[in-house]
Amino acid sequence: MTNPNGNSPEPITPISRSSFSLQRYLPQDASITRLFIIMLVVFVLMAGISPNTFLSLDSFTSMSFQFPVFGIFAFAMMLSMISGGIDLSIVGIANLTSIIAASVMVRMLPAEASASESLLYILLGVAAALMVGLVCGLFNGFAITKIGIPPILVTLGTMQLFMGIAIIVTKGQAIVGLPELYTKIGNGSLWIFPVPLLMFCLCILGTYVLLNKQSYGMKLQMLGANPTASFFSGVNNTRVLLTTYAISGVLAAIAGLVIVAQTNSAKADYGTSYILQAILVAVMGGVDPRGGFGKVAGIVMAVLTLQFLSSGLNALHVGNFFKDFMWGIVLLLVMVINEWSNRRKVRSIS
Amino acid sequence: MSLIQLSGISKSFAGVQALKDVSIELDYGEIHCLAGENGCGKSTLIKVMSGVHAPDHGEMRIHGQKRKLLTPIDAINEGIQVIYQDFSIFPNLTVAENIALNTELAQNRKLVNWRKMKQMAKQALEKVNIQLDLDAKVETLSVADKQLIAISRALMHKAKLIIMDEPTTALTQKEVSSLFSIINGLKREGMTILFVSHKLEEVFEISERITILRNGKNVVSERVQQLDRDKLVFYMTGRKIEESYYEIKKDASIPILQTEDLGLQGCFEHISLQVKAGEIVGLTGLLGSGRTELAESLFGLRSATSGKIFIEGKEQQIHSVQDAIAQRIAYVPEDRLTEGLFLEQSIERNMVISVVDQLSSRLNMLNQTKVKSTVQDWIKSLGIVAHSPALPVKTLSGGNQQRVVLAKWLATRPRLLILNGPTVGVDIGSKEDIHQVIRALAQEGMGVLMISDDFPELKHNCNRILVMKNGRLVGEMAGKEWSQEEWTRLQETTS
Repeated sequence: MTNPNGNSPEPITPISRSSFSLQRYLPQDASITRLFIIMLVVFVLMAGISPNTFLSLDSFTSMSFQFPVFGIFAFAMMLSMISGGIDLSIVGIANLTSIIAASVMVRMLPAEASASESLLYILLGVAAALMVGLVCGLFNGFAITKIGIPPILVTLGTMQLFMGIAIIVTKGQAIVGLPELYTKIGNGSLWIFPVPLLMFCLCILGTYVLLNKQSYGMKLQMLGANPTASFFSGVNNTRVLLTTYAISGVLAAIAGLVIVAQTNSAKADYGTSYILQAILVAVMGGVDPRGGFGKVAGIVMAVLTLQFLSSGLNALHVGNFFKDFMWGIVLLLVMVINEWSNRRKVRSIS
Repeated sequence: MSLIQLSGISKSFAGVQALKDVSIELDYGEIHCLAGENGCGKSTLIKVMSGVHAPDHGEMRIHGQKRKLLTPIDAINEGIQVIYQDFSIFPNLTVAENIALNTELAQNRKLVNWRKMKQMAKQALEKVNIQLDLDAKVETLSVADKQLIAISRALMHKAKLIIMDEPTTALTQKEVSSLFSIINGLKREGMTILFVSHKLEEVFEISERITILRNGKNVVSERVQQLDRDKLVFYMTGRKIEESYYEIKKDASIPILQTEDLGLQGCFEHISLQVKAGEIVGLTGLLGSGRTELAESLFGLRSATSGKIFIEGKEQQIHSVQDAIAQRIAYVPEDRLTEGLFLEQSIERNMVISVVDQLSSRLNMLNQTKVKSTVQDWIKSLGIVAHSPALPVKTLSGGNQQRVVLAKWLATRPRLLILNGPTVGVDIGSKEDIHQVIRALAQEGMGVLMISDDFPELKHNCNRILVMKNGRLVGEMAGKEWSQEEWTRLQETTS
């Protein structure tokens, strides 16, 4: 081990470890705590306005079919934003991959296939979608690192490119009529947990491990904070960025697969408004747009807050008119609160 | 009567006492030096004088008149001008625009009179007796020229007192002497200069009177003749620092680093040097002599285009930072803030980023226990003063920040440590501590290549010093035999 005297480091006592980790989480928790309070306030407010419709199992079930898609997009966006970049192509990737998956499942599946045969084609379709997502992400990463084009321009271009490919492949038509088994799984539940919600939880777990438990996560956050210093510190910046955009592509593909199951169709231009939503959720969740910082818990709470808000408004039957307005208000509110408390912190330091 | 007189000034921020009962008096036409270590309250005192901070207690007199509340505008109207370290200039504007902008703004005109602007700029530059292309974009100029622009701009406002905050930090020796002649010229015209610095040589060279602060308190205010180097160091740090030389105990046979005819197109050529175990080899030269580029080549940041590198006798290819780290070479870069540190990130992460792979398991899972113990070890062994390793590294003082950079590299257990400006912007006390760490490392068998502009630093810490000029090695001497005269001779005689 590394020690100036050459001896192995002494194991630290449990006492010092616990006091150490307490300090570690104190300063960072402030913004998470704020988000949690905002989420609670929104929840209580919505429950108070329409207790019967909002606080029902039906409403929660319908919510958990809705937020996973933009939640997964927000994770993809978070990773690229932590690296100091952005990935505008995620919805393009999601649509392209959903079309690939749907093509495999619809066009290649023989007319009178048995259940096990259709399962095989479904798995094939899913694998193809994840593969294409990975390749699309790597393509973004390659253009950013090897050619050196700024991420926002690369992904703006590939957003258009991926959508273009999807339009050519489908001739602009939606692919419909997916195997019943797939939509059944995609819209089904394990016990009381809807499959999309489980997919979302899987993404939470995966992103959390990547960011906080893996050396990749630390490298990513350091690179996002100062790419020059990470280069000087021996971090392989190219590799970290390639990995980041590849993961972003795979997450987008997962979102695409969830969309296919829910809509029972794949379309080249589905849900383009998800891109801006993903950016806003990421920023609201505390991801630093300048790179270097972001927490999984923050994203989860931001996603839930916005979902409570739109479901609550839906229960009032004003949802469609008020949703965007209220989302905008809440997002701005969170940013104003963050800005104020940061300013106060800075003032007390200087 | 004096130009400005501050007595009994106290100021605290959020419970931290930055200034405690500080007094300073500046006479007309004097060059006064404000000296002290980083964090001693120099900057706060300047800000009180220029109206940025209002003191909690104390009295301020300007031209003998008592001033209760001084705003920045008042200070400017009284002829007090501050030139900050970053010069506060606009890199994307031209020389003329930068000089005349403030006056233009002050006159509150809606349309720009370009002819008049250039005329004003020209006159301002004539005052300091220099010539610059008025239409040049400021970002294309050297640091010294930028500073001259800041000085010229200050003179536009009928300045009577010019406060210069660490003006020589980024200047070469030659630029420093031309700055000093400008300062002397201003003095002859009756200008008062407050020169803030912690570089001892400069303090003695330029100033007539010295006020020293330590921990926010006055220590002494004396004419320069009554002070010497030792006294000044003692007043600044509160402790005596002994001067000694570094010599190697035993001569290792195989050099850790050896280069043969190493070259990088357009930067340096025919560099053949050796660094043996236990040696601290100094490398100096003016900015642009190729010394930084040489260090960066050895560390794989830019590949050398010709020549060979031998590590412990074996030829090695070093084309990337990863290659260099694999050869156990470490590099503490020139610019701590942009190249060495992740300012917003925690102290802990800053210390382990270079060894993050070694601290991870097979599946790249970070071993938090190992991370914590590594961090604790280095905090202890380098004496880093921090409340918690989870705090952002930017909350540390310059000296502690540099120790974090050092820790990051020592954690990789290097055999060759390349230091580029190891104590730039570090206060004297920490500087001495860092030197001791480096010497101890060398004594344990590490090879050290130390690039520096700081002559006393080289003289007292290196057993050998190499001099570069125009991309070539032009001289070598023992640290003990190093002298300013020798340096000047090398710069003048070699082509």
